[in-house]
Amino acid sequence: MSHSNVNKTVQLSHGGGGKEMNRLIKDIFFKAFDNPILRSEEDAARLHFSGNTAFTTDSFTVAPLFFAGGDIGKLAIAGTVNDLAMMGAEPQFLSSSFIIEEGFAIDDLKKIVTSMTNELKRSGARIVCGDTKVVPRGCADGLFINTSGVGRILNNGISVKNLKEGDAIIVSRDIGRHGAAILMAREGLALESELTSDCATLWPIVEQLIASNIEVHAMRDATRGGLSAVLNEWASASNVGIEVNEAQIPVSNEVSGLCELYGFEPFDLANEGTFILAVPKAVAKETLEIMQTFCHCEQAAIIGNVNDIKPGKVILNTPWGSSRFLDIPQGELLPRIC
Amino acid sequence: MLSLNDLYRGFRDPEVIKSLAKEIAIEAAKYSGKINIMEVCGGHTHTIMKYGLNQLLPDNIEFIHGPGCPVCIMPKERIDHAAALASLPNTILITLGDMIRVPGSNGNLAQFRANGCDIRPIYDPLDSLTIATDNPDKTVIFFAIGFETSTPMTAVLLDQAEKRNISNLLFHINHVLVPPAIDAVMADPSAKVNAFIGPAHVSVISGAKVYRSAVDSYNTPLVVSGFEPVDVMESILMIAKQKAQSIAVLENQYSRAVSEQGNLTAQALINKYMTIRPSFRWRGLGPIPDSALMLRDEYSHRDAERVYCEQLPDIEIDDHKACQCGDILRGLSKPKDCKVFGRGCTPETPLGSCMVSSEGACNAYYRYNGVTE
Repeated sequence: MSHSNVNKTVQLSHGGGGKEMNRLIKDIFFKAFDNPILRSEEDAARLHFSGNTAFTTDSFTVAPLFFAGGDIGKLAIAGTVNDLAMMGAEPQFLSSSFIIEEGFAIDDLKKIVTSMTNELKRSGARIVCGDTKVVPRGCADGLFINTSGVGRILNNGISVKNLKEGDAIIVSRDIGRHGAAILMAREGLALESELTSDCATLWPIVEQLIASNIEVHAMRDATRGGLSAVLNEWASASNVGIEVNEAQIPVSNEVSGLCELYGFEPFDLANEGTFILAVPKAVAKETLEIMQTFCHCEQAAIIGNVNDIKPGKVILNTPWGSSRFLDIPQGELLPRIC
Repeated sequence: MLSLNDLYRGFRDPEVIKSLAKEIAIEAAKYSGKINIMEVCGGHTHTIMKYGLNQLLPDNIEFIHGPGCPVCIMPKERIDHAAALASLPNTILITLGDMIRVPGSNGNLAQFRANGCDIRPIYDPLDSLTIATDNPDKTVIFFAIGFETSTPMTAVLLDQAEKRNISNLLFHINHVLVPPAIDAVMADPSAKVNAFIGPAHVSVISGAKVYRSAVDSYNTPLVVSGFEPVDVMESILMIAKQKAQSIAVLENQYSRAVSEQGNLTAQALINKYMTIRPSFRWRGLGPIPDSALMLRDEYSHRDAERVYCEQLPDIEIDDHKACQCGDILRGLSKPKDCKVFGRGCTPETPLGSCMVSSEGACNAYYRYNGVTE
């Protein structure tokens, strides 16, 4: 292999703990994520906390790594930051661990790291520790990233077990975009579409809600399993019934169209920048106004309510007066046969 | 810009659906008995349950969910064939959609894939050409499934493989036919079915003509129907009107896609490569004569069933004894009549055919039904 190729792709030696690894870490990761804690190069980051702290971890293995509206780097930051935000916690410190397949393009790695840096700015969180491993070609699908994060809890009342009868269910925007965008990219669908992933950091929205003293009972980003999974988890954990109205759930034309083609339902598709809230009915309108005014959640909508009709179940009402259970999606999402 | 919505939005108009429900109630009231409608195709079962259309209808209309789901009707021994082929060295097994979830006697294809077999679910059968070309040192086997709807795709794939001389692409043919399945259901003297909603996509290929003999033989109305809620409601209205007038004729609600003769080009291509199989065992219904297709003798070099006949198990395996899928598919039982429904038999661990596929009757009842109970 020529010298220039060695510089363009990640080699096994980049994970060997020697000079090459040092250069990779310094040139790419330290340069991008620079902050005093990381720069101290201790074995572990020294942190100071006061009050209740939220701690979360997530691994990201998306294919393809670059998709309309984001990439694995943006996803790795937004995903972990959102997990903290959904607990009413201000994201503070993140770790970032890379598992890189031998032969991975250095330029792509730089693009991904830049994307991570840009996304960190949206919440103010910092990467304070990390790890890099390089595995032989064929042992990973390009690149896997794990991020863990801690944040200061500013609102202690938010819980999956905290839904109350009479709560309103709110969704922050149109659903199913990330799942649909990935499906299009993965299958190389030659459809003319401006469909992009909703991948985004949600902390700025949550910060506004907390600052406005909105009483939030439950809050969750609807990632894998989509809206159906979140609502079913809530109904089960709080032992309440949830009723949602199909006509009120925002879905983009592109996502509806793709679902028709493949026989999917938008409720089951993944999101990476869309979240669901349960708030007392009395503050539902105020919550919507805050979201729509300050947070670019123009499509935020009240989609249903919490009741005691069928505890543990989620009911979807159709626009023509029938209803059915909105079940949790099962297994791999596979297209129908005919 | 993708604008598929325009194709279906009008067919989900709440006011149209409500008005059709009212008309159906008026017509159905003119018929003194029960109108037991079999929707042969799983796609219609899915529409009825997903959109809750059954809740909008009068009490004397009942649905019986027929055998028309390619995943549901696949017997365990055929899944065992797929697993055995996937387990051969240097082999890639390709199949469509959720076939990889269907249990065989030693587990489903997803489990075999997890254990190291190269099994690839694909969206488009023609992807098999690329996979075969990219892997010249491997044997690529297309596990072909489906009714008349998906058979042309297999025929096109075969045609392309022949024309491009792609010698490492083989086929395991499991294509089945709708009309013999209708005959099998009606052959039971206790069958309650007295009307049919005819399949949509199947009829685009085969044409509405294939149902004439069923209408004449069993004196039952049959309306070929589209899959949208308005389509299904309109078809039910057409059936109710026939019942009210005591007539039984073949009607085509889905005339925007289905003709009398069907797609003759597709039919010719299928006939070039495939012929009627003397008998095929259907999961839940047992063997039905002339109900499936197989490769013609001149293409036996591409027939995985013949090439690997030594390696393929030939034992017929029935579903669990407690499973009542056969009766459910004939309309003699409802999913909830089955003792294992929702207990031993769930979508995660299906025992019988009707729970296997997302379009199966038991699966649809399990997922969607029960809100009003």
